[in-house]
Order: sequence, then C-alpha cells, then structure tokens
Amino acid sequence: MAIVKTRHLTKRFGKFVALNGVNIEVNKGEIYGFIGPNGAGKSTTLRILLGMLKATTGEARIFGKDAWKDAVDIHKRVAYVPGDVNLWPNLTGGEVIDVLLRMRGEVNKNRRNELIEKFRFDPAKKCRTYSKGNRQKVALIAAFASNADLYILDEPTSGLDPLMERIFEECVIQAKNEGKSILLSSHILSEVEKLCDTIGIIREGKMIETGRLSDMRHLTRTNFIIRTKKPVPSLKDVKGIHNVRETGPELAFQADPDQIDEIIRYISQFGVVKLESTPLTLEDLFMRHYQEINHSGQMEDS
Amino acid sequence: MFERLFKGTGSLTKLIFRQQRFKILVWLAGLVTVTLACASSYPNVYQDVPSKMAFAMTMDNPAMVAMLGPGYETEDYLASFGTLFAHECLLFTTIVAGIMSILQVVNVTRNDEENERIELIRALPVGRLAYLSGGMVVMFTTNVLLALLTGISLALLGIDGIDTEGAFLYGAILGATGLIFGIITALLAQLAETSRKTAILSFSVLIAAYLIRGIGDVSNETFSFFSPLGWAARAQVFVDNYWWPILLAAALSMIIAFATFYLNSIRDMGAGFLPERKGKKQASPILQTIFGLVFRLQRTSILAWTIGIFALSASFGAVLGDLETYFADIEFMQAFISNEAGESITDQFVTLLIAIMSLIALIPSVSVVLKLKGEENKNLTENIYSRAVSRTRLLANYYLLAVIVNFIMQLMIVLGLWSVGQLVMEEAIAFGSTFTSAFAYLPAMWAVIGLAGLFVGTLPRASGLVWLYVIYCFIVIYLSEVLDFPQWMNNLSVFEHVPEYPIEELNFAAMAVLTFIATVMAICGMIAYNHRDITG
Repeated sequence: MAIVKTRHLTKRFGKFVALNGVNIEVNKGEIYGFIGPNGAGKSTTLRILLGMLKATTGEARIFGKDAWKDAVDIHKRVAYVPGDVNLWPNLTGGEVIDVLLRMRGEVNKNRRNELIEKFRFDPAKKCRTYSKGNRQKVALIAAFASNADLYILDEPTSGLDPLMERIFEECVIQAKNEGKSILLSSHILSEVEKLCDTIGIIREGKMIETGRLSDMRHLTRTNFIIRTKKPVPSLKDVKGIHNVRETGPELAFQADPDQIDEIIRYISQFGVVKLESTPLTLEDLFMRHYQEINHSGQMEDS
Repeated sequence: MFERLFKGTGSLTKLIFRQQRFKILVWLAGLVTVTLACASSYPNVYQDVPSKMAFAMTMDNPAMVAMLGPGYETEDYLASFGTLFAHECLLFTTIVAGIMSILQVVNVTRNDEENERIELIRALPVGRLAYLSGGMVVMFTTNVLLALLTGISLALLGIDGIDTEGAFLYGAILGATGLIFGIITALLAQLAETSRKTAILSFSVLIAAYLIRGIGDVSNETFSFFSPLGWAARAQVFVDNYWWPILLAAALSMIIAFATFYLNSIRDMGAGFLPERKGKKQASPILQTIFGLVFRLQRTSILAWTIGIFALSASFGAVLGDLETYFADIEFMQAFISNEAGESITDQFVTLLIAIMSLIALIPSVSVVLKLKGEENKNLTENIYSRAVSRTRLLANYYLLAVIVNFIMQLMIVLGLWSVGQLVMEEAIAFGSTFTSAFAYLPAMWAVIGLAGLFVGTLPRASGLVWLYVIYCFIVIYLSEVLDFPQWMNNLSVFEHVPEYPIEELNFAAMAVLTFIATVMAICGMIAYNHRDITG
C-alpha cells in the first residue's frame, strides 16, 4: 500500500498556479527523493500533505486518509522537519524538543537524550541564539526521537556541516531499516542520490520525471575522462559522444551506454594513458533534463 | 576616527527611512489629524463663561490633575480656548508621540539586529555606528516633522487663544517628548539583548514617567521634575509659553545619545549589557501542554500588563482620598456633576475610571488572540500543526487564555482602586460594588476578543484592524461629547452598552446579548480558521 499518494494535486494562490497536477507515491519502507529548484512547489506540496494548505483540486492521502480532513489523526504517525526551522525565541532548545515531542504523544527520554548527544547539541540555550544549523538540529532531534511511520523532511540538511550530515544520513537509513517511509525534499542532489530509492522531479509546479533511481540511471550516459599519447581527432563527430570538453591534456565527455564499446575501440588507437569513467550524478541528470526542456522550448518558440 | 565610526550614515539613513516611511506617514497623519480635530472642537463645546468655569473646576480636582497634569489658573481658561485644549490633550498626545518613537526605535535598532539585517550592513564598508546614527537621524527627523506639522497646522486653524508661538511650542513639546523616549529606547536597546526586552523596558520607562508625574503633580512637584512628561505639563502653552522644557529635553537627549553611541561602539554585535540567563534543558510538565505553551509564549507580557494595570489603578486609587475631600469642600460641584440625587461624586469618578481602565485592560486580551496570527507570520504554527494538534484545539486555548487574562486584568483594576482607595478615603469605596462595576465590562470585552478571533479566522492579514475598533471605543468614551457624535455612532462601541454600575442598574439582558455576540463571533472565527490555509 502506498503510504503517501497524491493525485493531480493542484494549488492556486489567486492567479498564481503553485502546483499543477502533482502525482507522488511513496511506498512503505521507501525513501522518496523530491527534487526541484527553489520555488518549484516542493514546500507547497509538503504543506498540503501536512493539512496546512488546502489543495485547490486533486487528492492527497497519507496512510489512506485524507491529508486535509484527517490531519490530526495522520500526524500521530508523521514526523516533519521544515526547510526553514523557526523556533520560539524565548524557549530553550531542550524545551522546544520536549514540547514538539509531546504534541505527538509520549516522549521517549532515552532516544531524545541519545540524539542530543549524537548531534552534539546544547539544549540549554534560548532558541533565539541558535544558528540555522542548530535550529535544524532541534527539528531533526524532535523528528527522529519520535516513533513515526512517515518522515517528511524538507531540505533538512541545508544548515548542517558534513559531520552532522552523516549523522542525519545514519538516522534516515536506520528509519528505513525499521520499515519507515521517508519523503525527502531537496535540491542537494548528492544527498538524494545517496539515500533515495525513488525520485520525483518537480519544476514550476509540475512533475517532470518520476521513477526508481536505478531505472533512470539506466537511461543516461556515462562520464569519461581520458588522456592519450596522440591527440584524438574529431572526437565530437563520433556517434554517441556528447559534451566534449578539453581540460589541459585531458578530454572529458559523456557517452551513450549503447555506444561505449565503439567509443573505447576508437580512442584506444591513440594510446590511452588514463581512462576514468563515472556514472552520471543526479546533478548531471538534472542539468540534462533542463537543457532538453529549454531546447524543446526554444524550438517551439522558433 | 569619524570615518571609521560613521561612514555610510547618509545612505543608511535613506535605507531606514525607506523602510519606515509608510509607518511614519500614518503616525504623523494620525497625530496631526487628531490634534486638529480636538483643537477645533473646543470653541463649539465651551461657548460661554459658565461652561469654561465648570471646566476649570473639574480640571482642578486631584484625579484630573493626576491624569492630565497641573493645568492653568481659572482666568487662563476663561481667556483662551488654547488652555482648555492644551490641558485636556497635550499630555496624552505626548504619550502617543512617545509610543511612536519607542516602536520606531525598537524596530530600527534591536529588531534589525535580531533579524540579522545589521549583520549584513556591518559586513559592508560602513562605520560601526552608522546604522545606529541612521536610525537616530530618522527618529529625530520624524519628531521634528511632528513638531513642525503640528505647529503649522494649529497656527493655521486661527482659533482664538491659539497663537503662533503657542502652536509651535505645542508641536515642539510633542516632538521633544518623542525625541526623549526615542533616545531612551535606543539606550535600552544597547542594554537588552532582544527587541522584546527593549520594548518592555522602554514602555516601562514611559509608564513610570507618567506615574511619577501623576504622583508628583498631586502631592509633591519635585517628583514631577524627574519625568519628561512632568516638564511637558509645565510649559504653560498658550499662556506663558515656557520653552525651557524643550531645552531640557534636548539637553537630556544629547547626554543619553552620547551614552548610547558609546555603549554601541564597545559592545559585540548581537550582545547586550543585560545578558540572558542559561535556560532549562527540559520542558516542565506544564509547558508540555498546549495551554502551557500558549501561556508561556506570552507570560512576560501578561505579567507586565498585570503589574502595569494594577499600578495605574492603584495610582488612581491614591487620588480618590484627595478627590473626596475636594468634593466635600465644594458643594457647588456636587450639584453640577451629579445629575441624579443621592449618588456620590466619587462613585461617578470611579465609574468613569473603570470604563477607561477596562479599555486599556482590553489590550492584553486582544493581543493574546492576535498572537496566534503573529505566530503564523513567523512560521511558528507549522511546528504545532505538523503534529497531532487540531486547529480547534489551538485556537480554543488562545481564547481561553484571552478570557483568563481578561479576568485577571479586571481583578487588578478592582484591587488597585479598592486597596489603595481604602487607605486614603474616609468613606471607602465598597469592594463589592467596585468589583461588580469592573466585571460588568466582561461581556463587552469578550465581544472584542471574539472580534479578534473572527479576524484571525476570516481576514488574517487585516487582523490588526481590530485595534482600530478598540481605538474607536476609546474615542467614544473619551471624546464622544467633545466631538458630538450621534447616538448610533456611540452605539457602535460595545462599551456603550455596559451598565455603569453603581450609577445605573445592572442590565443583564444587554450583558447576555453581548455574551451571545461574543460567542457567535468566536465560533465563526474558529470555523473560518479551520477552513483556511495556514501560511506558516
């Protein structure tokens, strides 16, 4: 059963269309990466899922219940970390963590203290003195100390240092191993790539691509960096080669998967000194996608 | 040296002015308009000598002196409308000018610092004191504008007894008082670490200045000279036109400004000289309830209001004894003020005091409800609504707190007036009737609380408009006779429907209707709140 499911979710603010027919499906035990640039509609979608905004049309269901009507019921099993964590300035971090935990149900003191320790967080300071990263820690501790079945995380690591980011990843993976579902919105692609099973890409309120990460990678190219004894002539004209760039003595390009054999044969004639191949990162994927859209857009214009 | 400290002041002044210009415009327009409206009403209201005599006698009693300042000799009231106007309006307008400056300075000092806007500026090649200087220039300019606009427009009214020099002095007193409280706020912004604390301290100083002047004016004038408001009340505008209060205010402002700039130059950004304490690592069981949280978020301001309302009521209570002696001496006054036989004049004054105090006491309750919208603006409600808390539950807790605060404030009015009044009066006011008189206002106050809830539910962005209604109610009580409102306009104020116990009988029907209206608005607000988008 899908834990989160939206169908043709549309949200308008006056004339502005924030979401236009968004479909998302997060299954049990799955980490769903929800990717898009700033202002694409990620947070709006999450706020609809949390029952704070009412969808103009379409449907949003969590645990099979209506996200707007059954919000309170749903939230007993949901933990949420907002993208921009705002806290009550005159409460301490420790107080806020307890308050937030209590609003869902019982407070698991051990788990709470363990996480405070793990994130190296000082709970005795007033929230107004915390930096962005520390405010984020409050939200993360409150989320992972709760015994939720679904975690909704909106760009949760944007203020954390790499060390804390790793602890965050551990928490996410632990939750996944316990069979929990995670909806992770981000524009940090490496994070999504590392953690997610499925991704959905949103742009200007529309989903432009959804699928399992492994399937999407299959459709894409591989990055190559080579150095040869003799210069390689007319590399650009070889079939299946894209984006050729010269960096000093090295050549970098992308290759279509079905042409790799041919390409290797061709370049090996020139005495290969160095050959590096890496799978495309999500970043490349993302860029490529936008390029295509821009291309087709331009073509339509002309 | 100058470069190091003040470079960029000019452009920062422009920047701050741009941010504040709308507020400045509204404040100045409002202040000048109200001043003109008041001033021009006096010739109509006090047309003959007896009415001016009556005014003079009313104003000479200690309660009025405590509220409005010492005033003038009787012959001055007869000679000029300016004196009537100045005595009744000047002190309150200076307080409003003070509030304007306090809010503005809190905004451009600690608030900008707290929200890290000053950090952004300080990273640019600007002097250490440039932002503070810019803020001070804007505050100074605002008050100079207030002084000039008030002076010019009063002079142009051409009312008998409002001469040009007096008009400009009147404006200058407003500006100078605004300046002093603005600069005091700037000083306090260096001491406190947050904008909240700055505002609380500044308003405390303003209230203290008013109280010290009130006590001084009634008992010992020396006290009054410790309060800038005491100076303002002694300028004898439109008669002797003393300018020394302005000079004194300017000199004091210079000294405080110097201290402010010095403190600002030696402190770390974001730090204050009154440091915050180390907090608790865990939430108490009370804080872990929704009501506990809602209360905790407003605890400080509720406490401040409780003390403030008690202090204000107690200081009014303190003059009741003098009032009693005063009225006992003048039989004529008794005949004049008391229309209904058998009513004690003290009762009438107590009733009027309770009406005005109740309106002031309404402010914290309405603030409690509006706080929910404030929390949403700061994206804080999402912390709550992403957990298992319904909107009905949260709003209901805000209503509950508002009603409790309302109850406490009325109790403070009663305790303040009664406890101190009892000490100083021969024939003390009865606790029972004072209590009834104050608590008769509850249903009307609930109606305004309900209205606030209705705004939060239906027109969240315009929820501040509820303050306009509170101000309207205040105008009806305080000025309706001067401005000669028709009855229907008076009726728009819920406070008009509150029985003035013990002068009037308790009207349970009216109270029931008010309670009903309050409930309906509160429920409609809640239904709408449940159906709208929560933006944060």
